[in-house]
Amino acid sequence: MGDEVEVRVHGMWASTYSKRVELALKIKGIPYEYVEEDLMNKSQALLEYNPIHKKVPVLVHNGKPIVESLVILEYIDEVWPDHAPRLLPRDPVDRARVRFWSGFLQNQLLESVLKLVMSSGEEQEKALDELHEKMTIMEQEMGDIIPKDISSIQSKSLGLLDIQVICTLGAYKAHEQVLGVKILDPHKHSLIYAWVNAMMDLPMIKEITPPHDNVVNFIQMIFKINPSA
Amino acid sequence: MTEENSVKLHGFWASPFAMRPVFALKVKGIDFEYIEEDLSNKSESLLKYNPVHKKVPVLVHNGKPISESLIILEYIDEIWTDPPHLLPKDPYLRAKHRFWADFFDPTILKTLLAEGEAQKMVLDELLEKMDVAEEGLKEIFPNGVPPFEEQKPGYLDIVFYSLYGTHEAAELIFGKKFLTVERYPLLVSWVNALKQVPEVNEVTPSIPKFVELLHSIIRQRSVPPKA
Repeated sequence: MGDEVEVRVHGMWASTYSKRVELALKIKGIPYEYVEEDLMNKSQALLEYNPIHKKVPVLVHNGKPIVESLVILEYIDEVWPDHAPRLLPRDPVDRARVRFWSGFLQNQLLESVLKLVMSSGEEQEKALDELHEKMTIMEQEMGDIIPKDISSIQSKSLGLLDIQVICTLGAYKAHEQVLGVKILDPHKHSLIYAWVNAMMDLPMIKEITPPHDNVVNFIQMIFKINPSA
Repeated sequence: MTEENSVKLHGFWASPFAMRPVFALKVKGIDFEYIEEDLSNKSESLLKYNPVHKKVPVLVHNGKPISESLIILEYIDEIWTDPPHLLPKDPYLRAKHRFWADFFDPTILKTLLAEGEAQKMVLDELLEKMDVAEEGLKEIFPNGVPPFEEQKPGYLDIVFYSLYGTHEAAELIFGKKFLTVERYPLLVSWVNALKQVPEVNEVTPSIPKFVELLHSIIRQRSVPPKA
């Protein structure tokens, strides 16, 4: 196996960062070879391509590595501008808004999800409240960026923000099962609930969604949570 | 300045994040109105323009707000397309610059505000990160750091300078030099080259004032909560 393959992704089945890259390539119809990494036994290639962070995902394009999922997504949009759809809008103000909320999902929201998973009891309740507050902020401030017409969501028009939302929140049911809390409530956050569920129904998303039980087991294992009896 | 083409920047003199867009606008020769924010008494405008984070910097262009320093830099590069460009044209190089800007996250700020044993630990972490940067940045500067004469500072230079340009203040807080030429010849040559850039004088905070501010923040944090 040399570098005859133009596009290769080093990823891991449970990594939402890795899924972001795969989804971006699929949405734009760019063929790629996928290499599943065992994070306990990383490949020589991975360590050479990402010597600094030694993490997935890595996109290898014509032999050159690009790392960090958001950096990769911007790269994909720039290198394949003729492959519709554009992951980012054309207008600079809209691009800035998409990048802002993308960052919010990646940093603030994810931070709260992690706190939620790593805590218990009263601390966990606080973490859940914090997560819900952030989702409320999103619904209040994202305005027209949140698709109101769910029937208009299609695989071939997904963008960076859709990718961020589905990869950050897509596994909510598995998290709810493990933690016994309600993360995404259609009454509290109807817009986000509709957005996430509409995307989960798309064939392209289903293609990359791991089996529910695998995700449940993974979450339990990673955070050493005991399954409820 | 009419609303048609108005550029305003809400900042704070000591914020390395606010320094970034100010530096970029000056490098690109764009006229703008600077609004100094009192972070203990934020303006109505700031709260309106950045309701989510309520932070500086915020760029307001023709009445539309853009927040988050790196996002503002990308926006500036996309709106004002005449040279000098902040990011390279080539997508692969752009990815590298964005990677390194992300790498230079504010570990140094965490270190400055930590105390005692905690500070020592975070400082060691910072120095190790800098070792990685010293080695890794050879891919950005294969022939060493160029003088910033014809080539003006860009996105990555600005991010680096915003965090390390005030290293003398950090060194006063740590009580020792950490950006040493023996351990970090490339980083030292980079910061020194940037210090020669004329615009730098207009954006760098006064070191004594910066140190005073850091001390007061540290003092405030160690005040025990009232009973």
